[in-house]
Amino acid sequence: MIIIITNTNLNSGTETSGRANNRAFDELRNMKIEAGVLERADGSAYLEIGGNKVLAAVYGPRELFVRRLMQPNKAVLRCKYNMAPFSVDDRKRPGPDRRSVEISKIASEALTPAVFLEKFPRSTIDVFIEVLEAEGGTRCAGITAASVALADAGIPMRDMVVACAAGKSDGKVVLDLSEIEDKEGEADLPIAIMPRTGEITLLQMDGHLTEEEFEQALDLAINGCKIISEEQKKAIKNRYGD
Amino acid sequence: MVINMVHIVPEIIKESVTNLVKNGERTDGRAFDEYREISLETGVIEKAEGSARVKIGNTQIVIGAKPQIGAPFSDTPNVGVLMTNTELLPMAAPNFESGPPDENSVELSRVTDRCIREGKVVDLDKLCIVPGEKVWMVFLDLHVVDYDGNLMDAAVLGSVAALMNTKLPTTKIEDDELILDYDNMIPLPINDTALMSTFAKIGGEMIIDPSLEEEEVMVARLSVGITGDGSICAMQKGGEQPLNKEEILKAVSLAKIKTAELRKLLP
Repeated sequence: MIIIITNTNLNSGTETSGRANNRAFDELRNMKIEAGVLERADGSAYLEIGGNKVLAAVYGPRELFVRRLMQPNKAVLRCKYNMAPFSVDDRKRPGPDRRSVEISKIASEALTPAVFLEKFPRSTIDVFIEVLEAEGGTRCAGITAASVALADAGIPMRDMVVACAAGKSDGKVVLDLSEIEDKEGEADLPIAIMPRTGEITLLQMDGHLTEEEFEQALDLAINGCKIISEEQKKAIKNRYGD
Repeated sequence: MVINMVHIVPEIIKESVTNLVKNGERTDGRAFDEYREISLETGVIEKAEGSARVKIGNTQIVIGAKPQIGAPFSDTPNVGVLMTNTELLPMAAPNFESGPPDENSVELSRVTDRCIREGKVVDLDKLCIVPGEKVWMVFLDLHVVDYDGNLMDAAVLGSVAALMNTKLPTTKIEDDELILDYDNMIPLPINDTALMSTFAKIGGEMIIDPSLEEEEVMVARLSVGITGDGSICAMQKGGEQPLNKEEILKAVSLAKIKTAELRKLLP
């Protein structure tokens, strides 16, 4: 039997020509970050950007039971990115898939350069990123939240890593792609930076960009990161004062 | 999720919590029949057709309900399907690890499922679209994000709230084609609001809504599911020690009163 779905507001909140909610090409979606939202975790953060809702939690530095991962001179930072089954339109089967395994790897690599791991030999710092609702840009939202959770856990860091994507949608280079813009767009460029130095700790791209467009998108994403970075600092200040 | 590392509770804590209870007190100053602060919100996940966030004390669960079209089981061709799944996330406690559901996670799923199923919370008969072929399958996913004791009561309360919040697209059949109309959503048919109360046995007393500290010390546990009309719909005993008849009967009669109070929190 054929199943036909009728739904006139399928694209509600995000139209395809022009950006949803009259967003400018260099404008981020509405966001909020809250630090210290969980009781048991050593550090935690909750982040919303657009329709994304992400929780991040940090445990550690703590004893590492997997001996083969142990580093004699520093801690290891392990990251697990996971999506809730109800976070997407069609229920996602619980458990890791190839996509979440890859994102876990690049997220831990994005965060690692900022953390003084050498202070905690033979131990582990575990970062858990839980996507409760996904609307384009969950890896960036997850990394941004994870940094706040690391700071909330009191882990010494050189900088608070922040992530943001730029891309090309409807022929234009734009900041912070929504789900529709990502799906129907031409390119997606998520990056993470350490804002004090501007060094890039994560870079991925898919789609098609010319060299000029790439440079434009990269600058746009770096600027987006800097704006989000202020929100991260605000979240920590709201929790702990100035 | 695998719960590794046997958590060792210091004898001194065991003794102090137990002695407190013997003196009629609890570590957080609650009465034996008093819940911690409870908060319940619904509609927290827009992409889920139904959702809820429940907090009992610091225990926190996010629950999403997602209906899908599927085939019924061959022995119940005219009845919809309800599937309950729990993730004890590694972020929820230092001793939770990622991996396939372990026995604690499966027990929580199954007890929640039993309470909702036997309590006839969802009218599964009304979820049949084409007998023997197409029914609604409602997936109820429980995401435990913070674990501070008494997951059972939080799981059932949040699940019932999420189901009451769930909307289904209307369906019709035209020319052997199934049309799902997402412009006209109808509420999931709800029959009852079965809820659960859990008691921990410590120092010979039955205390409601055990905190994590109390769960670590308790010698036995009893969860009682009660329907809207006050009948018992599900029970589960846990823990290493036995319970006697008086303790069980006392828990049941208290559960009746306490679930009625919890019911007022539902939307």
